[in-house]
Amino acid sequence: MMEKVGVKTLDDLYAQIPESIRFRGDYQIPSEMSEMEVRDVFEKLGSQNNQLTCFAGYGVYDHYTPSVIPSLVQRSEFLTSYTPYQAEISQGTLHYIFEYQSMMAELTGMDISNASMYDGTTATAEAMMMAVAAGKKVNKVLVSETLNGDIRKVLDTYALHQGIELETIGEKGGETDVEDLKTKLAAGGVAGVIVQQPNACGIVEDFTGFADACHDNKALLIINSVAADLAVLKTPGEWGADIAVGDGQSLGIPMQFGGPYVGYMCCTEKLIRKMPGRIVGMTKDSRDQRAFVLTLQAREQHIRRQKATSNICSNQSLMALFVTIYMSLMGKQGLKEAAQLSYAGAHYLCDKLLATGQFSLVYDKPFFNEFLVRYDGDIDRLFSVYLMNGILPGVKMSDGSLLIAVTEKRTKEEIDRFVEALPLVNGLH
Amino acid sequence: MNSKLYGSLIFELSHEGRRGYSLPKNNFGDYEIPASMQRAEEAQLPECDELTVVRHYTNLSTNNFGVDTGFYPLGSCTMKYNPKINEEMAALPQFQDLHPKQPVSTVKGALALVTLLEKSLCELTGLAHFTFKPYAGAHGELTGLMTIDNYHRSHGDLQRKKVIVPDSAHGTNPASAAVCGLEIIEVKSDSNGQVDFEDLERLVAQEGPYIAAMMMTNPNTLGLFETRIPEIARLIHDCGGLMYYDGANLNPMLGACRPGDMGFDVMHINLHKTFSTPHGGGGPGSGPVGVREGLQDFFPVVSPYHGNFAVMMRAYAYILSLGREEVKLVGPLATLNANYIKESLKDVYELPIDTTCCHEFVFDGLKDKSTGVTTMDVAKRLLDYGYHAPTIYFPLLFHESLMIEPTENESKETLDGFIAVMRQIAEEAKANPDEVKSAPHLTPIGRVDDVLAAKHPVTTYRQLKAEA
Amino acid sequence: MAKVIEGLYYSESHEYVRVEGDFGFIGITDFAQNALGNVVYVDMPDVDDEVEAGEEFGAVESVKAASDLYSPVSGKVVEVNEALEDQPELINEDAFENWIIKVELCDKSELDALMDAAAYEAFCAK
Repeated sequence: MMEKVGVKTLDDLYAQIPESIRFRGDYQIPSEMSEMEVRDVFEKLGSQNNQLTCFAGYGVYDHYTPSVIPSLVQRSEFLTSYTPYQAEISQGTLHYIFEYQSMMAELTGMDISNASMYDGTTATAEAMMMAVAAGKKVNKVLVSETLNGDIRKVLDTYALHQGIELETIGEKGGETDVEDLKTKLAAGGVAGVIVQQPNACGIVEDFTGFADACHDNKALLIINSVAADLAVLKTPGEWGADIAVGDGQSLGIPMQFGGPYVGYMCCTEKLIRKMPGRIVGMTKDSRDQRAFVLTLQAREQHIRRQKATSNICSNQSLMALFVTIYMSLMGKQGLKEAAQLSYAGAHYLCDKLLATGQFSLVYDKPFFNEFLVRYDGDIDRLFSVYLMNGILPGVKMSDGSLLIAVTEKRTKEEIDRFVEALPLVNGLH
Repeated sequence: MNSKLYGSLIFELSHEGRRGYSLPKNNFGDYEIPASMQRAEEAQLPECDELTVVRHYTNLSTNNFGVDTGFYPLGSCTMKYNPKINEEMAALPQFQDLHPKQPVSTVKGALALVTLLEKSLCELTGLAHFTFKPYAGAHGELTGLMTIDNYHRSHGDLQRKKVIVPDSAHGTNPASAAVCGLEIIEVKSDSNGQVDFEDLERLVAQEGPYIAAMMMTNPNTLGLFETRIPEIARLIHDCGGLMYYDGANLNPMLGACRPGDMGFDVMHINLHKTFSTPHGGGGPGSGPVGVREGLQDFFPVVSPYHGNFAVMMRAYAYILSLGREEVKLVGPLATLNANYIKESLKDVYELPIDTTCCHEFVFDGLKDKSTGVTTMDVAKRLLDYGYHAPTIYFPLLFHESLMIEPTENESKETLDGFIAVMRQIAEEAKANPDEVKSAPHLTPIGRVDDVLAAKHPVTTYRQLKAEA
Repeated sequence: MAKVIEGLYYSESHEYVRVEGDFGFIGITDFAQNALGNVVYVDMPDVDDEVEAGEEFGAVESVKAASDLYSPVSGKVVEVNEALEDQPELINEDAFENWIIKVELCDKSELDALMDAAAYEAFCAK
C-alpha cells in the first residue's frame, strides 16, 4: 500500500508538517489495556460510587426502564448508523423519528415536533432564541422566578451572547405572579415568556390568562414541562402555548449521572419554519412507496450557515428512539398509570412526613410528584444519616429546604423506610 | 425487511386495550389526581403488545445501514468502528443509576473518570483544561466561541466581534458564530486548497482590533494540512485574537501533531468521531472543549451537569484500549488508507488538488463529465453495491464534491473492494448512464421526492390521518 | 440563458423592480430562480411593513438552499403576492410575471443606483 501511495515509511505521510510542531515520542497516557483490564478499571471506579434509593428530582428522575428497550436500541443498525442524509438506506431511523415527532406532538398537545434536541435546558434556550427571531425587532424575554435554576443558568449564558434581555417575573406564594407578568408585558418589547409546569418546586401552577396576556402583547408563550407528567397534566397546547419544550429523560431513560437525555421542542403549525433542529417529513419515493426524509433542511446550518435558525447539527437520535419505544410499549394507558403511581407515592410520602410533625410544606399549593418541605432539624445531618442507609432523601435547596420526588419506581416499602429512617437522625442528638 | 408486512407506523399496529407494559399495583390508598389538573383530551399514543413492538422496531432496524453493516467512507464524519467493550462499560449500573445531583462523596468514581478522561485529552491535544458540558460538536463550537467572547469581554475588548473562517469551512462554524453574537469574515483558499496567507494578512490589517478569533480545522475540510499554521497563529495572536480549532478533523493528528503545539488556544473534540463513540443515527455525541492555561475561568455554562456522561465513559474505555502504544498509529493508518484510495482512483475521478492528503480527500466528480452522471448519481449507485455513500456536495469549493474518509480501521481488502466498485460505476457511467442516474435500485426505497416534503411537510401521524 | 427583461431595474443580489407610477413590483430574476431550484416556500412581509434599500425583507426557500431577499428600494409594502403562499413554484414558472411584493416607493432616486437590463446581463455573465 505504501508503494502505491509513494512513501517509504508512515512518517513520510506527514512530510508537510513543520518539524517544530511535529509530535514525536509517546503520549503520557496509560499503556494499552486488554478488555479484561479495561473491565477492571471500570469495576474499581464503579465501586467508588453509591447506588442509592433515589428521592431526588429537580429535572432528572429515577424512572423504570422496560427491559425491551436496551436490547432494541443496542441493535447495531440503529447504534452505529449516521445521520439519515441518505434517505434510501436510513428508512429505519427516519421512520422512528416520524413516530417520535407524532408522539411528542400528542403528549404536548401541539401541532408539530422536531426530531429532538440535546436536552431540556438547551431546548428551552433554543425556544428563547426562536421567540426573539420570530418577533419583530424585540429582544426581551420574561422568565418566571419559579423556573428551575439549572435551566435559568443556561438561558443566561445564551442570552448574554445573543444580546437578549432576560427579565424575571416575580413569584407569589410559590407560583408565577400573574399581575407582575401582565405589568411587564404591558411595558412592551417582549418577544416571549417562559414558565415551567410543574414548576421548580413541583407545584402545578394555574396559567389561566397567561396565553391571552402574551398574545395581546405579541409575545410567544413557552412552557417547559417534564415529558412524563404530560400523560395526565393539562398540556402546553391546552394552556395556549406557542412552544412546548422540556426533557424526555422521564420517559424511561436512566439517570446516567447527567446524560445523554433528550430535549423535545414542539410548536404551533405557524411556527414550523422558525423551529430549529431536524424535522422528518413523509413523502413518496420513485416507486410510489411511502417514505420518510429529512425536510425543511433549508433552515439548517449546513445550508443557511450564519443565517440558520440555530447552529444545532445533531439531535439525540438514539435517545429519541429510546423514548419512542418507551411510549410504544407503555402506550396510552401505561404512561397514565406510571404518572398516577408517581402522584400517589409522592402524596403518600408527603402525608406521612407531615404527620411526623418534623416537616412542613414550604408552599401549601397543589403538587404533582415532587414537593418542597422544611425539616425542623439539621438538614445536613439528615443527609449524612440517610446516605449511610442507602437513601438519597432529595435535593437540598440553597435555603436549606428539601425537594423530594417520587416516581413509579419507589415501592411502598421504600417510602415507608424513608419515614422510618427519621428517628435515626433524631437519635444522634 | 418486508415493507408490505412490516412497513406500518406503530400507530397503525395499535389496538384499543392491548398492553405492552407491566407496573406494580397502586396500593398507596386513595390519591386521585384532581380533575382540574388533568388534560382534557387523552394523548393518542399507541396501545400494542410487547411482541408487536419488538417486531416493529427490529424490522425497522433492517432498513438502516451502520458501520457494523458495511464500509462508511463519509468524509469529515470519521465513521470508525464502535468497540463493544465501550457499550458494556457505559451500561454498568454503578454508573447508570447515579443522579447528577448526588452528593460528591457518593460519586467519587464517576468524578474520577471525568478527571482521568480530561487528563488524557489534555495529553493528546496539548491543551491544559477541558469542560465536558457541550453535548455535541456544534455545541462545543458554540461553547468555545463563548469562552473566547468571555475572555475578550473580561479585558474590556467589547469590539472584538469578528471571527475569521476559511471559505471551505463546515456550516456549523458560521452558524455557531451567529448564535454567539459574532460576525463571520471569510478568508479565501489558495489554489493549493489552503488558507490564502496574503488574503489573511489583508484581512488582519483591515480588521485587526475587531478580530475575536480565527476558527479553522487542521487538516482542513479538503483533508490538507495547513502547513503555514504556526505563522497563521502568530498573525492572529499579534493582532489580539485567539485561535480556535474545530476538532472534527482531529483523527489524523493522533500520532502526528497536537493542536496546542500548532498554536491553538481553544478547541472542541467530537468524541463520536475521533474517540469511537457511536453515532446513534444522529446522536447523542459529545463535544468537550479544551483550552490552554489561563482560559478555563471563561468556560460558559451551557448545560447543568457533566454533559453526556455515558458517552464520555465510552471514549475513556477506547483510550484505555488503545493505550499510548496504539493511539499514535491512528493518524498514520487513517492517512495511509485515504491516500491509497486517492492514488487508486485519481485516473477516473477528478482530483482537483493532487497532493498528499491526511485522513480524507475530495474528488470533484467523475473525470469524464460528458455522460452527465453527477456525484449524486454515483453516491446513489454505491448504495446498490452495499456501501454507504461518501460525503457529497461538501465542501462548497467544488461543484461535484465527493469527500472520502476511510478511517484507520478498514483492511486493505475492504479498501480494494470499494476501489473496484468505484471503478465499476465510472465504467457504468459511460456504458449505461441511465442505470446510474436512476439509482438506487436495490435499496428498500428509491430516490425520494424531497420537493414535495419541503413544500407540504407532513410531520405527524395526526396530520397524516387528517389529510387522508 | 437566463431571461432578462428590458425596462426593469436590477440589483446585484438578483432582485428586480418593475416601476408603475409611484409603485414598484419586486421579485427575483430568472437567473436566481434557476440557481435555487424548485421553490418550496416564500417568506413574505406583511402589508404596511416598511422596507429599506439594501435591507432584508424576506426569503425564498428551495430544497437545497434558502436565499434572503434584499429590497432594491425603500418604501411601504402595499400588497404581497398571496398566490405564492399555495403555489411558490410559480416563481420557477415565470419569475418576472410572479412578483413577490408591491411597494409604494418613497425615493425614486434610489433607482439610479440599480442596473439596467444590459448591465445586469453583463453582471450575470461574469
